[in-house]
Amino acid sequence: MQSDKGMTIIVKKMTQVLVGIIVLFGVYIITYGHLTPGGGFAGGTIIAGAFILLVLAYGDDIMHLRVTKEGSSKLENLAIFMFLLFAIPGLFMIPSVFFRNYLPLGTVGELLSAGVIPLFNIFIGIEVAAALFTIFLAFVILKEEDK
Amino acid sequence: MEYIIGVLLILMIAGSIYTLHAGDLLSAIVSYGIVGFGLVIIFLFLKAPDLAIVQLVVEIITLIIMIAVIRNSSKEDLQESATIKVEGVQYVNLKQLLYFSGAVVLALGLMYYFYQSVSGLDVFGEHEMRMSQVYVEQGAELTGSANLVTGVLLDFRAYDTLGEATILITAVVGILTILRIKGRK
Repeated sequence: MQSDKGMTIIVKKMTQVLVGIIVLFGVYIITYGHLTPGGGFAGGTIIAGAFILLVLAYGDDIMHLRVTKEGSSKLENLAIFMFLLFAIPGLFMIPSVFFRNYLPLGTVGELLSAGVIPLFNIFIGIEVAAALFTIFLAFVILKEEDK
Repeated sequence: MEYIIGVLLILMIAGSIYTLHAGDLLSAIVSYGIVGFGLVIIFLFLKAPDLAIVQLVVEIITLIIMIAVIRNSSKEDLQESATIKVEGVQYVNLKQLLYFSGAVVLALGLMYYFYQSVSGLDVFGEHEMRMSQVYVEQGAELTGSANLVTGVLLDFRAYDTLGEATILITAVVGILTILRIKGRK
């Protein structure tokens, strides 16, 4: 931790304090997406921002960043595949509709309600977070390679 | 409310004009942020908090990514002045004059057509089509979602959301492909 990489000790300490809160806020925005303003896109971008803050503040060696990029790229593809997979059961019901809301709706305003919408929100959130983080990592890796 | 939005729009226009005339790329990108953040405030005034949140965070991430891209490459921009000095005599730069007058004519024409197309509509926000009427009235009970925007995005219009997510995937695949060719030499 006491390495010369990244920014100064002030930025590192503030990042330590803030990153957990930012990720928690992103998770809150995603999971309460069907109750309060926000949803998968906004929350996913906030989580991606937390990871970008970590990379910017602490810095990292390029080999480790490459491994991280592979992981986030795979996670992104997996998330959109799950999004599609959860839409398919609607095809086997009557009336057969793609992206049908087939789970019980529950009471409007409760956390566990709105059928499949929270599930879709979570997968969209993972997908957006992984995609934006992958784009950022690709640019950082390119810059490191150019040096 | 219209006056506040008007002031914000003027600020955004000033920001984008400064972006064009900024000395280097970094200050151009930072001043371009005025447009995005002005749009956030306008969305809040128009009672669209969902859009405002998304616009805010996407604007920040875009700013970070752009700065990460151009941090080492802020070159001085070529400035073309309005007058040319040849052998001590000032001449008006004809090319510059042509561009300027063309822009003014285009802006006036666009303003005329926008006025023509907008003058027949209802007041902003009060115009409801038949389809959205159903969404607004029965959205909560049909989707079970208290937030109507999410209900429309992930239930009525979930197919569109799949398309949006696919666009993001395509962008990532494109960026990785382009950068990889350069990385392999």
